[in-house]
Amino acid sequence: MHWFLQSDFFYSFRNAPVAVASFFVFAVIILAAVFANFIAPNNPFDPASLNLMNGFTPPLQSNEFTGDVFLLGADDQGRDLFSTILYGLRISLFVGIMAVMLAMVMGVVLGLIAGYLGGWLDTFIMRFADIQMTFPSILVAMLIYGVAKGVLPPDLRYEMSIAVLIISIGLSEWVPFARTVRGLTLVEKEKEYITAAKMIGLRKSQIMSRHILPNVLGPVLVIATITFALAIIAEATLSFLGVGVPTTKPSLGTLIRIGQDFLFSGEWWILLFPALTLLALALSINLFGDWLRDTLNPKLK
Amino acid sequence: MLKHFLVSAAILSVSVSAVSAETIRWARAGDSITMDPHAQNEGPTHTLSHQIYDSLLQRDMAGSIIPSLATEWSALPDNPSVWRFKLRQGVTFHDGATFDSEDVVFSLGRARADGSEMKELLSSVKDVRAVDAHTVDIETNGANPLLVNNLTNMFIMDKGWSEANNVMTPHDVAKGETNYATMNTNGTGAFMLVSRAVDEKTVLKANPNYWGKDIYPNEVSEIIYTPIQSSATRVAALLSGEVDIIQDVPVQDLGRVESSAGLKLATAAQNRVIFLGVDTVNGPTSDLRVRQAMNIAINRDSIKKVVMRGQSDPTGVIMPPFVNGWTDKLNEYPKYDVKIAKDLMAAAGYSDGFDIVLNCPNDRYVNDEAICQAVVGMMAQLGINVTLDAKPKAQHFPIAKGGESDFYMLGWGVPTFDSHYIFNFLVHTQTEDRGSWNPTGFSNADVDAMIVSLESETDLAKRDETIAKIWAEVQKAQMYLPIHNQVLNWGMRDNIEFDVQPEDQPHFQFLKFN
Repeated sequence: MHWFLQSDFFYSFRNAPVAVASFFVFAVIILAAVFANFIAPNNPFDPASLNLMNGFTPPLQSNEFTGDVFLLGADDQGRDLFSTILYGLRISLFVGIMAVMLAMVMGVVLGLIAGYLGGWLDTFIMRFADIQMTFPSILVAMLIYGVAKGVLPPDLRYEMSIAVLIISIGLSEWVPFARTVRGLTLVEKEKEYITAAKMIGLRKSQIMSRHILPNVLGPVLVIATITFALAIIAEATLSFLGVGVPTTKPSLGTLIRIGQDFLFSGEWWILLFPALTLLALALSINLFGDWLRDTLNPKLK
Repeated sequence: MLKHFLVSAAILSVSVSAVSAETIRWARAGDSITMDPHAQNEGPTHTLSHQIYDSLLQRDMAGSIIPSLATEWSALPDNPSVWRFKLRQGVTFHDGATFDSEDVVFSLGRARADGSEMKELLSSVKDVRAVDAHTVDIETNGANPLLVNNLTNMFIMDKGWSEANNVMTPHDVAKGETNYATMNTNGTGAFMLVSRAVDEKTVLKANPNYWGKDIYPNEVSEIIYTPIQSSATRVAALLSGEVDIIQDVPVQDLGRVESSAGLKLATAAQNRVIFLGVDTVNGPTSDLRVRQAMNIAINRDSIKKVVMRGQSDPTGVIMPPFVNGWTDKLNEYPKYDVKIAKDLMAAAGYSDGFDIVLNCPNDRYVNDEAICQAVVGMMAQLGINVTLDAKPKAQHFPIAKGGESDFYMLGWGVPTFDSHYIFNFLVHTQTEDRGSWNPTGFSNADVDAMIVSLESETDLAKRDETIAKIWAEVQKAQMYLPIHNQVLNWGMRDNIEFDVQPEDQPHFQFLKFN
């Protein structure tokens, strides 16, 4: 800990107000999501706790039938928006983290293989990546999502829809990881310590995982933070388009989709608060990621 | 010179009147499922077909029956089981073929063939005969005084065209079949199909040889029909002037449309009831007490108040008030009472509830998915853990109809304005010819016999008595949980003069601009 507080890294963090602020916002959102069941006044995912008559209650006003008051108002089904946002955040963050993990593992492994082994495998992997890059990732995600929905059994719909979201977003975001890792691997593998490792007879897999991987991880972390924000937005987009999680267990994107229907009629809070939360989340991750990239990139110092 | 002048003046006047005709851009939530006029008995599908195809007789914008391809009809005085139809002369199909009695015989036969969804409407028909080129007799099993009511959506196709394109029978939508008629049409109607992209855009243009040219206003020269599922997008399209008329104004935006300059709102009670169907054979819902509990646990008043914003009439029977057989007593809905419902659940041995999937459309009825979502919450009060599965209607209907679902939403309009239509589709045991929309497993031989007897009962008082008896059985069995009757709201530009049709079917030859 002492070592960390004395490091260059922490020093530059402390002197970057944008980084501190974005990290703070991000931390608050994460904690709110993790401890949602303690913070949220009620559980919006438990349909038995809902009272339809609370529908469309404006923020901080009491409902004319039930007398209930909600901090951020209630949505069309009488769900407390504040609680629903907290629970929805959990889904958004979970899908985001898992999708990034999947994309990262895939991208790093394929990038290492392509970069270190080279040859036709390299050509194959990278041309495939090029082709995928020509499609917008949201389109790829929708395609995978559509196929998966058709193939998978209709039972277990909720659990499935989360898993399918993770897989479709993960598979659509692996390319930047693979490209970066491949590029760095091409540089690293010509260095002397790799030659030395080859000389002592290490296997290729050992060289890749023990020697090259640790040296290419810095940029991977930067890409991961930015992809994390992208993945959260992708989940929101898919849910907004109605192909994501079901409306009975809404994520932020689903809430925004519901809220959009009530913009013309003046029930602005159903859209505004989930949208602001999504904005704060994506912006804080992006700003932190930007700072991280600048800090970890020695050329910019 | 003068001659030339007169000719060009005549051309000019023709082109002037052509200019006064206008394009109408029309939107609603969902698209027609197929252009094959006998393959789906569904509102939006019939609505689009009505622009292109004609039936023997039709309902006008006020809902009364008027002549269409038939000009006169009556039961034969010496034999009340035979209805004689005099056909309109000089009518041609869009491809130029002449319309005659052969086409009527063929079309009514096609509507009774395998794959047709119109069968139940003709279940009393024994034979259809051409008397001469412009006279057709329809013979029923026993006298059926209400036969004509069943013909308003029974479209007439050209026999020659159907033979040439191998569409002699309708395609079975539930099985995923298609045929040439799914995307191509040849009717006698006011409009001809120009292009169609399913769920995107359908373009129709006025039929220059339409038989009703001098009968109806016919001010519309072109129809551009776009299904817009998202309610916010649909109303935005109307507000921005991108479309001229929308059929399903979202209930939350009624005030907005009404107060917008240049737009107006037309409202009427709709001949359509929304309800939930429940499996009566398998699973926990096979217990009557469970179904009763579910029925009592639906808070219809709060659905009306919050989900529908007052734009619905809660009901206790799956029958709109337009229908013969409707009574105030039947329409009464049970008082919402969770305690009694819980007691019923406990009595049935399900005090801990059970799991069930609710299948629901999301582009068919007003706020269909939101209603289902509200029901999920209400069922949770009884411990019933409902998983909501909302889908576009093209996928929902085969699930609901095929009996794959234990719990599903359906809406039912009654084009014949008679209870028999409801019974024949929704109450009769599911057989080859009847009960096609009764996947609940409800089956009662006595009820079936009474339903069939309605078709040949000429004593109307006695007939009404039988109808009341059947309703009593339906209410007792409670395989359907009624929710409400819909209220129709059409939004349109204020230079359009168009009545709201109680079946939610705009017939654009009636539309006038002012």
